[in-house]
Amino acid sequence: MTLASLNLWVIAPEILLSVVACLVLLIDLFVPADARPGVGYPLALLALLGAGLVSLMGLDSGSMTALNELVISDGVGAVLKAGTAIGAAGVLIYSRDYARARGLWRAEYLVLILFAVVGMMTMIGANHLLTLYVGLELLALCLYSMIGMQRDSVRAAEAAMKYFVLGALASGILLYGMSLLYGLTGSLSLAELASASGELAPTNLPLLTAVVLIVAGLLFKLGVVPFHMWVPDVYDGSATSTTLFLSSVPKLAAFAIMLRLLAYGLGEWASAWQDMLAIAAVLSISVGNIVAIAQTSIKRMLGYSTISHMGFLLLGFLGGTTHGYSASLSYVVIYTVITLGAFGIILLLSKPQFESDTLNDLKGLNHSRPGLAFLMLIVMFSLAGVPPTAGFFAKLLVLQAALENGFLWSVIVAVVMAVVGAFYYLRVVKLMYFDLPDKDDKVLSTAELDRGSTAVRWVLTANVLSLVLVVPWIGNLVDWLTRSLGDFGRL
Amino acid sequence: MIPLSYYLVVGALLFAISVVGIFINRKNLVIILMAIELLLLAANMNFVAFSHYLGDLSGQVFVFFILTVAAAEAAVGLAILIVLFRTRRSINVQDLDSLQG
Repeated sequence: MTLASLNLWVIAPEILLSVVACLVLLIDLFVPADARPGVGYPLALLALLGAGLVSLMGLDSGSMTALNELVISDGVGAVLKAGTAIGAAGVLIYSRDYARARGLWRAEYLVLILFAVVGMMTMIGANHLLTLYVGLELLALCLYSMIGMQRDSVRAAEAAMKYFVLGALASGILLYGMSLLYGLTGSLSLAELASASGELAPTNLPLLTAVVLIVAGLLFKLGVVPFHMWVPDVYDGSATSTTLFLSSVPKLAAFAIMLRLLAYGLGEWASAWQDMLAIAAVLSISVGNIVAIAQTSIKRMLGYSTISHMGFLLLGFLGGTTHGYSASLSYVVIYTVITLGAFGIILLLSKPQFESDTLNDLKGLNHSRPGLAFLMLIVMFSLAGVPPTAGFFAKLLVLQAALENGFLWSVIVAVVMAVVGAFYYLRVVKLMYFDLPDKDDKVLSTAELDRGSTAVRWVLTANVLSLVLVVPWIGNLVDWLTRSLGDFGRL
Repeated sequence: MIPLSYYLVVGALLFAISVVGIFINRKNLVIILMAIELLLLAANMNFVAFSHYLGDLSGQVFVFFILTVAAAEAAVGLAILIVLFRTRRSINVQDLDSLQG
């Protein structure tokens, strides 16, 4: 084996980000304390945007494996890698002011984000159970540490502990399932798993055990209903800047791991896992939307909303058709853009001593900050799936795919529950536009009205408006994503 | 020669002990951390056993990676435990109730 056959170009974005992450840590040692984030921040931002561009360059080069077939680069991998890198750059831009005011804006924060992105890219490009697992753990360990970084907060420490225990349990279960799968097929490579499927019937009991354990581990990581307990607590307990990160970009990687492991590796055994996914999807759409109504904290409400959206994501996986997977891909891409906007607005509303994370804080927002209220309106309409927004088309596509694959009952439940969900999204709109602010409301006190830096507001506006402006070209976007997905290496 | 099923039973027992340890334990967070380590060891046991009986080395290579990850995970877990103890002076599982979960 020669160095050229390693084909390192395939993992160029990961290499770039790892090097920059180490550089940021090193620079932190030699730069005076007051100038530190000033150097690391632009460097990290440039590296993320550069990694996004490098990933996009691999879009049309067909599928290629590297490092002894441990990793693969294909169209969907390129899109998702670029999405994670650019999304993480957005996270950095939005969370700077907030994190700085709370003492979280240190080099470690940047480094953890960079390594988390490397972990996600490893998952996205995985062609082997080993890379899949190592990427998953790299992401998870970075997320636990990011939540725990807020050392003086009782709630953050508790959220970190809960996330750690449940996340470690999930990866343990996933790993045990992988070990059984290895014993059954004698191979750890996803391509070999996919081709070994002819030898084992989907009703084989040891195989079913392995598949159940793997699906349970994945659903835990995704935060889908029987395994959703950690989602609201972690969203609520973390600093909002951390919530922004862990609620948005990792969903792209979660889609990728489902695609690689279930749709590709275990694709021929779809009948063994799709009923489990159907039940989990329906349950999480129902529970997520109903329980979200009772919440008073925006972060908690969005946590339950995430649970329901992950249910919608799973709808595309039912039936195991490429059409369904491409619907899920469109859903997760659009959902990530929406979440970035939603938490970006909450971050912009908060002040150094004030979190602005309860629903009451949004009362009368239209009077004090009409522009931000309008952006929040678009985000809420997108989350609810109201027609002139991209969120509507995302929902339409997954429902259509599930219907075509014969899951009529799940589609009916999902549509009914989407109506229930519209209630709490539209309640936010009502609070902003038709209610008067509470007397002691800090959002309104114009004396300390901090509008945030201009650049942040421009990026946020572009991010949210894209949800509406993309609509005339939504067909092209979906076509492009479907083409990038291709056959994702399936036989 | 010891049959494969003996190793698998030990692996399954370790797995069961650790899952029970995580869910039934209501007192001490350190025990939960120990149970998590046990969970990874259960998977390691399976991997090594299968690797030996299949005559395929890749399972044992996987085990090296799992051991490394387990070490990193224990470090992060203990760090979070210390943060938690500093903020609330307790590592009792039942005291983790400030987020209504």
